[in-house]
Amino acid sequence: MNWLDHFSPTQQFLLFSVLKIVVVFAVLMLTVAYAVWIERRVAAAIQDRVGPNRVGPFGLLQPVADGVKSFLKEDFTPAHVRKAYYWLAPAIVMIPSLLTVAVIPFGSTLGNPDNRMVIADLNVGVLYTFGIMSLGVYGIVLAGYAARSKYPFLGGIRSSAQMISYEIAMGMSVIPLFMLVGSLNLSGVIGYQRGGWTSWFVCKQPLAFIIFLVAAFAETNRLPFDLPESEQELVGGYNTEYSSMKFALFFMGEYANMTASAAMMVTLFFGGWTLPLFGLDQPATTFLVGAAQIGIFLAKMLAIMVGIIWTRWMLPRFRYDQLMDLGWRRFIPLALANILVTALWLWMQ
Amino acid sequence: MIVKRAKLSFWERLYLPALWGGFKVTLRHFFRKKVTMQYPEERWVVPDGYRGAPYLVRDQEGRTKCVSCQLCEFVCPPKAIRIVPPGPEIDPSTGNVEKRPKEFEINMLRCIFCGYCQEVCPEEAIFLMKDYSLVGASRQEMIYNQQKLLALGGVHDDKIRKWKRKADEAARQQMLPVKPI
Repeated sequence: MNWLDHFSPTQQFLLFSVLKIVVVFAVLMLTVAYAVWIERRVAAAIQDRVGPNRVGPFGLLQPVADGVKSFLKEDFTPAHVRKAYYWLAPAIVMIPSLLTVAVIPFGSTLGNPDNRMVIADLNVGVLYTFGIMSLGVYGIVLAGYAARSKYPFLGGIRSSAQMISYEIAMGMSVIPLFMLVGSLNLSGVIGYQRGGWTSWFVCKQPLAFIIFLVAAFAETNRLPFDLPESEQELVGGYNTEYSSMKFALFFMGEYANMTASAAMMVTLFFGGWTLPLFGLDQPATTFLVGAAQIGIFLAKMLAIMVGIIWTRWMLPRFRYDQLMDLGWRRFIPLALANILVTALWLWMQ
Repeated sequence: MIVKRAKLSFWERLYLPALWGGFKVTLRHFFRKKVTMQYPEERWVVPDGYRGAPYLVRDQEGRTKCVSCQLCEFVCPPKAIRIVPPGPEIDPSTGNVEKRPKEFEINMLRCIFCGYCQEVCPEEAIFLMKDYSLVGASRQEMIYNQQKLLALGGVHDDKIRKWKRKADEAARQQMLPVKPI
């Protein structure tokens, strides 16, 4: 590590940041690719099928085949679309889901104690996440608008209504957490959850977790809230007019969103990279422990993602009015009550 | 008829029983034996009487049973069969066979596997066999000629053995004493 000393601290910071960005992006893309594979295998198993098992052992190279196929397919632009928006929409879906990962601490430290495993340790990490995440809806609305045909349009409308109703509940559900922690910084949230299993917010704030979970399903357009897509009624919704790599971008965006939501859930409710066993809940001092903590974070994230995937086959899709009703008339009052109770509890102490 | 919508209890409206029920069903299916038949390795047992690809057959002595009557060509609904009759010339290699097709082609892309050819054949020369996955890299390749059809069809255990019987009959007739007038 001697050659590193030739750089100034700023240069070192830049170097490490770029390295972290590249690695996190690579891992995220890998997770997205394999989330699709897991989805297909789990879905198949639940439907008494086998699923993709041809490309590589257990079909593990299926994502590669899918990627190659997406790139080689004809990128068809229908004549009736609004071209500029049509081209813009997939990028707008994809980018926010990549940006959210920037503030999530995916490990404590690696190597030396200054080398913290988070790309940007923002003081307002959560505000940033919620701000960026809700941008994703514009991509879908834009796709619906750009397609100039009825099904994508309906999908876009549904998406906007759905996102509005769940964004509020989601935002409110996590307020009690920050009242307890006293900071919006995500590393701070993890620090607060270091005192054993019961200090995880999933135990301390179960109601907040449930609201956040349901809202996350709605945010990421996963069943039982995949109304903007609904293959049966809307023939894929906003996806309808897209093909080739543009479609793949929507698809990857959805899974990246799912990954980001899972990562957020791990950070907020499941203690992030900590594990109250073998002293793994303290910031790492050795390289090995640091790596193990990143592994813990990824394992938790993956477990939540499998849960999200599994849920898809457990529940039928909600009707549109039921979805709105659940968001506005159940979860927002519940979240408000939760805030109130937490505030009262804090005040009593 | 009016179906009364059952009023859900508070417990049911919490959605938890539905969640649990859904989880039980999916879990059961997750570990259940899979129904998928993994095709190239595992193959379907074709039942008797299955109408697969039509092929020509030979009799026990290796003769083409088809006599080029062209009934199958005529009956074929999608006109998949094309037969070239031999004309007047005689092929000495086939013994006492009076007529056989010079060329017999089935376009497997046109064939609808209806089995009319087998049904109409007076010589039991064409049969729908059990082949169901015919593949080829070009349209031309999917037109099966006589040689290919005979090779695929194999030998049919012919009970009538028409040409042998005719040969025997001719031999017997020659042995009959001819009465002088």
